[in-house]
Amino acid sequence: MTPLAQLLEAALFSAARPLTAEELSTLDPDATLADVRTALEQIREHYDFEQHGVELVELAGGHQILTRPVHAAAIERAQFSVRTPKLTAAALETLAVIAYRQPVGRAEIEEIRGVSAGGVLRSLQERGLIEVVGRSEALGRPMLYGTAPMFLELLGLRDLADLPRAEELTIALQPHRAEAEGEDDAAAYVEAES
Amino acid sequence: MTLPEAPTTALGAGPGFFVELDAYSGPLDLLLHLLREEQIEIADIPIARIADQFLRAIHDMGLNQAADYLDMASRLVRLKAQMLLPRRSEEDGWEDPRAELVRRLLEYQQIREIAVWMGRTAERRAERFARGYLPPPPELPPPPLTLDMIEMLQAVERVITGIPSPVLHRVVARPLDVEGATRRIEALLDQREEFSWTEALGPRPTIVEVLSTLLALLELAKRGLVRLAQPSPFSPMVIARDTARTAA
Repeated sequence: MTPLAQLLEAALFSAARPLTAEELSTLDPDATLADVRTALEQIREHYDFEQHGVELVELAGGHQILTRPVHAAAIERAQFSVRTPKLTAAALETLAVIAYRQPVGRAEIEEIRGVSAGGVLRSLQERGLIEVVGRSEALGRPMLYGTAPMFLELLGLRDLADLPRAEELTIALQPHRAEAEGEDDAAAYVEAES
Repeated sequence: MTLPEAPTTALGAGPGFFVELDAYSGPLDLLLHLLREEQIEIADIPIARIADQFLRAIHDMGLNQAADYLDMASRLVRLKAQMLLPRRSEEDGWEDPRAELVRRLLEYQQIREIAVWMGRTAERRAERFARGYLPPPPELPPPPLTLDMIEMLQAVERVITGIPSPVLHRVVARPLDVEGATRRIEALLDQREEFSWTEALGPRPTIVEVLSTLLALLELAKRGLVRLAQPSPFSPMVIARDTARTAA
């Protein structure tokens, strides 16, 4: 590996969060962003070619060294590390609404899920998965929520574009239906579902 | 003899309502579950039947206390009533009162699908470990630190004004005169068989005298020279010569 790749590897190893190429380029004033990207690719190939137990993963807009899934069970058995606890159905549904409708207010989340969302929103905010991104112009200027970078880290996504697009889902439902057409509309949904 | 009846507190009564709530993540979820069980198309919900089933389900599970479920129950009952209203003709611009519910159910179903996908994706991510958790570093100014003289002096100024002006305390030693108090009590004991706490203190005692006398009395009692007694609650302490010991 080149000296730059070695430097980047050391930095990635030392960090407990994904580092972006921009952040990594501050390590060496002579390195351009393109140099950093080439070096990152070199590290990735090195880990894959030499069949290392870790790999360089692109997530949350950055790069992070992670262990390979095949070792998860053994590591957990030995209690060297534990999996992040699973999110509850309520938390996942709330995250789904926020991810697709952001910025979105509490009232809309509750309307879609049919349940009050105060507690779930608070715990998601405490876990750093969502954040307040602004305030609505509506009465009372309610807070609007959006996903935080931690959300991408939790799911291991590079960015929000990695989420399945609406047309990839079994039910193709457009997020905003300006004209409701009663029965015709309902019939269209069923067609899309089957 | 019969067993005592179970207490009918809000939590103890009937099926555990908090536990059952977790089975469904909301009234829409429960509704979808009922529709799936009956294999009913969402677009053509037999409202009357489903409304009854929904009411029975939330009653059976004790969910009829949860506001979100009650809200849905009332919507369904209203829909049921609307469906029963006579219509003049089918083509007369009649709008299906179920359309809004159908839209919400489909929308919710989509959210559920995304939530399931997210759950699976998060589980796959959880199989890959990163370095151990480190607390996020404090927010630092962007390196390298550029600072001019004025900024630095202002910073020094801020630090200096932040220092509270020193407050000096003088600690005065007020030694207790336990020996003196002991001598006074022993003198009283020589004269009298017993006397009261107020007599032991003497007229207009200072706080130091009160404490000295108390310590002296406790010490004498420990050595078995006096007996301390309080004849009735809140009455003054009575100090008496410990005759049993002194005789021995």
